[in-house]
Amino acid sequence: MDHADAITFDPHAVEDETTTGIPHDKLGMWVFLCSEVMFFTGLIGSYIVLRFGSAWPDPKTQLNIWLTAGNTFILICSSVTMVKALEWIQRGDTRKMKLFMCLTLLGGSIFLGVQVFEYRHLLHEGFNPHVSLFGSTFYTMTGFHGFHVFCGVICIAFCTGKAFLGKYTQQHHLGIETLGLYWHFVDLVWILLFAIVYLI
Amino acid sequence: MTSDGHATPNYMAIFWWLLGLTIVEIAWAVLPHHSKLMLGGGIVAMAIIKAVLVALYFMHLKFERRIMGILFASTLILGMILVSVGIGEQVLPRP
Repeated sequence: MDHADAITFDPHAVEDETTTGIPHDKLGMWVFLCSEVMFFTGLIGSYIVLRFGSAWPDPKTQLNIWLTAGNTFILICSSVTMVKALEWIQRGDTRKMKLFMCLTLLGGSIFLGVQVFEYRHLLHEGFNPHVSLFGSTFYTMTGFHGFHVFCGVICIAFCTGKAFLGKYTQQHHLGIETLGLYWHFVDLVWILLFAIVYLI
Repeated sequence: MTSDGHATPNYMAIFWWLLGLTIVEIAWAVLPHHSKLMLGGGIVAMAIIKAVLVALYFMHLKFERRIMGILFASTLILGMILVSVGIGEQVLPRP
């Protein structure tokens, strides 16, 4: 076959022409997030049922809510920097997009670092997963959330690397948008976990 | 204006709302309450408002096609049914 006759494949052209009008990557992420909603609902539901059904300590006496409040603030900030990164690439400013991606990466890393610090402190004080039902549910819920943050940080690092290689443009930035959906979802789940596990 | 054709939301305004609600939430939690229902109800209500703000504006659910909202809402409804049944089993008297 003559080289000039070869069919060229443009993945972005396919993205733009889907039956739903929504790019497959984005729709796939939403479907994944829906499954994640069910996963975290299972965890939160179990926590509520166990809490209603047994004697429960006041979380504020065992957990440092000020430290976690600061960590919540950092995660909310990282969600804002993520959405600002998307806003800037949509406006065509790749320099600011890269800056905000780096800030998001920093925010996610700090959140994880503080969570590790909190775990070490709690374990040192004897509050471990098998000490009580509260301990088990606390580590299960915050641990799974922390794992999601860890996966998010890895993906943000990957996308930040791609951004520095010039892979995202004003026209093609679906990767950042899809990653942003995941990151905001992780933030959303933490907002609920912080309220239910730490404050009530 | 974004590439999707909708006006860019004021993200900083959402951020200040989230921050303000978080501060009120913590203040609500540390203040003495006579009723646990009042403590829990207030905190859960504020957390839900914050979660809705993130979903609508940061995840752009407000500007997405209706199918996305239906998809996401249907799982939330299923989740709420799951939690409600669990709570009901614990709270309601057993025969």
